[in-house]
Amino acid sequence: MTTEAVATGAEQAAESALSFHPMEQFEVYSLFGDGPVTMFSITNVTLWMAISVLAVIVLMVVGTGSKSVIPGRLQSVAELAYGFVYKMIEDVTGHDGVKYFPYVMTLFIFIVFSNFLGLIPGAFTTTSHIAVTAILAIAVFLTVTILGFVLNGAGFLGLFWVSSAPLALRPVLAIIEIISYFVRPVSHSIRLAGNMMAGHAVIKVFAAFAAIAVISPLSIVAITAMYGFEVLVCFIQAYVFTILTCVYLRDALHPHH
Amino acid sequence: MQGDIVQMGAYIGAGLACMGMGGAAIGVGNVAGNFLSGALRNPSAAAGQTAMLFIGIAFAEAFGIFSFLVALLLMFAV
Repeated sequence: MTTEAVATGAEQAAESALSFHPMEQFEVYSLFGDGPVTMFSITNVTLWMAISVLAVIVLMVVGTGSKSVIPGRLQSVAELAYGFVYKMIEDVTGHDGVKYFPYVMTLFIFIVFSNFLGLIPGAFTTTSHIAVTAILAIAVFLTVTILGFVLNGAGFLGLFWVSSAPLALRPVLAIIEIISYFVRPVSHSIRLAGNMMAGHAVIKVFAAFAAIAVISPLSIVAITAMYGFEVLVCFIQAYVFTILTCVYLRDALHPHH
Repeated sequence: MQGDIVQMGAYIGAGLACMGMGGAAIGVGNVAGNFLSGALRNPSAAAGQTAMLFIGIAFAEAFGIFSFLVALLLMFAV
């Protein structure tokens, strides 16, 4: 048997086992027409972002529409989400950070809805793309930087000057602080996108193993377990993104160490 | 044989970069384990510190994310 024959045999085996590629689900394509994806084409990302925005509107507008004293189910969820984010920003940034609550609430509720809607089989996870999360993270970064300079003026640079450290160490620490400040949007965005992408890809890999009869029961159990874990991760990553936004806001409000 | 030695090096480097995620795993486990041991000593104070737990996990995880980023860059950008 030649090496080519071995290669084609292995390819056929791989094709029978892996009937789809685990990263296939992240493909962006135009919904209308087969043309290339341009700046203004309606893609599946656009569709699922619109669905998550609509879901947010349904929860928040319809849910709080009746304003009953004894809340119904939808109103309870809306009030719970509101109270959760409000308490988070008040705990982390202190009372003077509360006026930035609408921005933080918008971020949290959009990310959490995108994450959870992405868990529906066949759905598209918009937050699994670095392009989406990078926009969110860069927006946070620019907001925090501009806000820091507007509120504190040049005093915002005190963030990089660690006054509690010995004087000889401060220039070194300043360089490290500046690097870590500019790395923030990178880690902020890739954390969310990486977690979403990795979780969905792992589920797809296990799903591909379900085609092999011997291990399919094990694979289905693994998919179920991973899916449950993903529900947790979806919420925790939205929470982490939001709480880091609050931490960065606190730095902008109180830059002195 | 397909590809070239540069691509091979990039793929090997991407695999090696993933070892950094192990360090992040140790860090996250350290944060969570210490939180749990502290929480078991004083359970009444634990509820107020969960935000700090997640901030700590997020910062520990950031360096695993950088290794993941290096792996991605080696796979798709080099």
